[in-house]
Amino acid sequence: MKTCNPPLLAAVVTFSSLFAPLSQASIAYVSNEKDNTLSLIDLDTLEVVETIDVGQRPRGITFNKDFSKLYICASDDDTVQVMDTGSHRIIGELPSGEDPEQFALHPDDRHLYIANEDDALVTVVDAERSTVIAQIDVGVEPEGMAVSPRGDLAINTSETTSMLHWIDTRTHEVVHNTRVEQRPRHVEFTRDGSRFWASSEIGGSVVVVDVDSRQVIKTLRFQIRGVHPDKVQPVGVKLTDDGKYAFVALGPANHVAVVDARTFEVLDYLLVGRRVWHMAFNPQQTLLLTTNGVSGDISVIDVDAMKVTRSVKVGRYPWGVAVKP
Amino acid sequence: MQQKGQSTASAKGSVLLCLLSCAILLFAPWSAAENAALRVQVGYLELLEEQPPLLSNVLPEPRDRGLQGARLGIADNNAGGRFLGQQFELLNFRSDSPNALIERLDQWVSAGVSVVVANLPAPLLSDLAQRYSTEQLLLFNAGSADNALRSQQCLANVLHTLPSRAMLTDALGQWLTQKKLRRWLVVEGARPADQEYVQSLQRTAQRYGSKIVARKRWRFDSDLRRSAQREVPLFTQAGDYDAVVVADELGDFGEFLLYNTWLPRPVVGTQGLTPVAWHRVVEQWGAAQLQRRFDRQAGRWMSSVDYAAWAAVRSVGEAVAAVGQTDAGTLRQHLLSDGFQLGGFKGRKLSYRPWNGQLRQPIALVHPRALVSQSPQEGFLHPQNELDTLGFDRPESQCQDLLAGARR
Repeated sequence: MKTCNPPLLAAVVTFSSLFAPLSQASIAYVSNEKDNTLSLIDLDTLEVVETIDVGQRPRGITFNKDFSKLYICASDDDTVQVMDTGSHRIIGELPSGEDPEQFALHPDDRHLYIANEDDALVTVVDAERSTVIAQIDVGVEPEGMAVSPRGDLAINTSETTSMLHWIDTRTHEVVHNTRVEQRPRHVEFTRDGSRFWASSEIGGSVVVVDVDSRQVIKTLRFQIRGVHPDKVQPVGVKLTDDGKYAFVALGPANHVAVVDARTFEVLDYLLVGRRVWHMAFNPQQTLLLTTNGVSGDISVIDVDAMKVTRSVKVGRYPWGVAVKP
Repeated sequence: MQQKGQSTASAKGSVLLCLLSCAILLFAPWSAAENAALRVQVGYLELLEEQPPLLSNVLPEPRDRGLQGARLGIADNNAGGRFLGQQFELLNFRSDSPNALIERLDQWVSAGVSVVVANLPAPLLSDLAQRYSTEQLLLFNAGSADNALRSQQCLANVLHTLPSRAMLTDALGQWLTQKKLRRWLVVEGARPADQEYVQSLQRTAQRYGSKIVARKRWRFDSDLRRSAQREVPLFTQAGDYDAVVVADELGDFGEFLLYNTWLPRPVVGTQGLTPVAWHRVVEQWGAAQLQRRFDRQAGRWMSSVDYAAWAAVRSVGEAVAAVGQTDAGTLRQHLLSDGFQLGGFKGRKLSYRPWNGQLRQPIALVHPRALVSQSPQEGFLHPQNELDTLGFDRPESQCQDLLAGARR
């Protein structure tokens, strides 16, 4: 077997380099919740280059480490689909539990932590063997899911119970709970895993939590001129790798807040499309893309200029976004 | 044990170990519940009333309207409560006898129950409320839309999770204003509830500068199912109007007005385009999940009264989680304060008006298969909270500051 492989591999490489001269450009994958499709955006030209049919109600999407696979929560099919990013074919399905909404891949590149919104469960799946390893009881409507870069801790948010559930990734037990304001939606760890940021959509706040002390060290609130405070509803959070900035998507307020991640000062509010939820950087972190559900488009933020430079029309109700270099 | 043979002891030991661990596994959830630091009993009281015969009776009303909402609220509370050592339990009593309800409530209160969800008509609710102080009992009104409860009666120990009629008609009035449909033909039933709906419409028309060009009372005793196409056009001749507004709360004749009016105008109100607290067509703002949970539990659609009962029980859950107490006075204090917020699947945080205890909430405008709009409509402004453009705002209500009342 081993002797057969290298020439075959070489053939494949030659083949793909011949016929895909544009493959250098990063591609953003956007899940369209109400179209059951993914829109693929070329980040050089900022144009939709392909639309792919996937399972029903695609929401959370994430790549494996080498970007060869894309995991897709097909919520209404009660499964996580595995797409081969070379061929764009669905090559498998993972047993995800019912109504998977968001998930996070453990740094081991193997274990997926999936929030089952309808079942008040977090399901841990071994993506290699396609088996369920554990199901963990959490609060009502689990949604946000993140695994620490350190690998020892997973955080799940339950929307109706308004809690952050701390899950020990070795024992798969809830070891701690943090009550936050109404409808926590999303969790994002800092690069070193020492802190995480968690948004509360209806509460209108974002908390920054210190992992070792398990204490909330900051509660952020947002104020936009001309927008009623109740309509400022934080969902997605993204942190730059250099530790300088945090971006917070403010839902129906149609703005993304730019926060100094060291002082926690809100620096600016950038106007984007309608009902902004999730975000992703390009690999160089010079661009930030936001999914705008109601306007059905993606806003492109130039991170250096801190300006919104483009919007790109995608399918109906864009939900999640992930970028492949 | 130690004196017995070596081999059997080790075998027995492993069996015992297994038994022990199995027992721990089996009883862990049970003992956690048993050891719950805080057990909260929530009562649910409903007066079962006989429905009069109705013309449009094709789709019967469910018999457990309200109760199923309270049950779901308890389930939701417990799902979070187990992480906080809090356990919620529903006590349920439904009867066609007001006296039996009063008796049961007395028993509950003497047994230490401090929170009760009431699905009762206004007079009975008012009677019950006045038997207890704010420290003894906190009642949630999930069954009566009565305007006087929110504007004149000001029961200090009652919070209202069901919208008042005024909130519903204001929600409708804002939409009609937005659409520039300002001249209304009101078609009303003769029942007291229909008349209260009309009074509420009159108040709304005045607020938004709309005009009721004519009021027509439905008096026909024929079977409309056969003759609506002939009768209704004649009945709805009343000069020019922009919309037909129906006041027929029980659904006797209203359904037959649609597509049969003399002028081709939209039918709105208790039929046609209807303002409601909740309906199956609401699916935004995460509502799809609530709808699915309810459907799974009850096997039917969630109604406005179910929603009001759910919101009441969930309010208790949030308040107990926040203050760690279960007595009526402390819960009420927290629920009426600025610190309270409830995620209610309506796109905004919900809170209670401190002057009359009404739960602020957006109102959905629906037809049977779709959500048409949600009020407050854009452009209806308010200095504090746009949700207070619906129903009785502080200056319009004779009720003033329930918290101050409690301290007295």
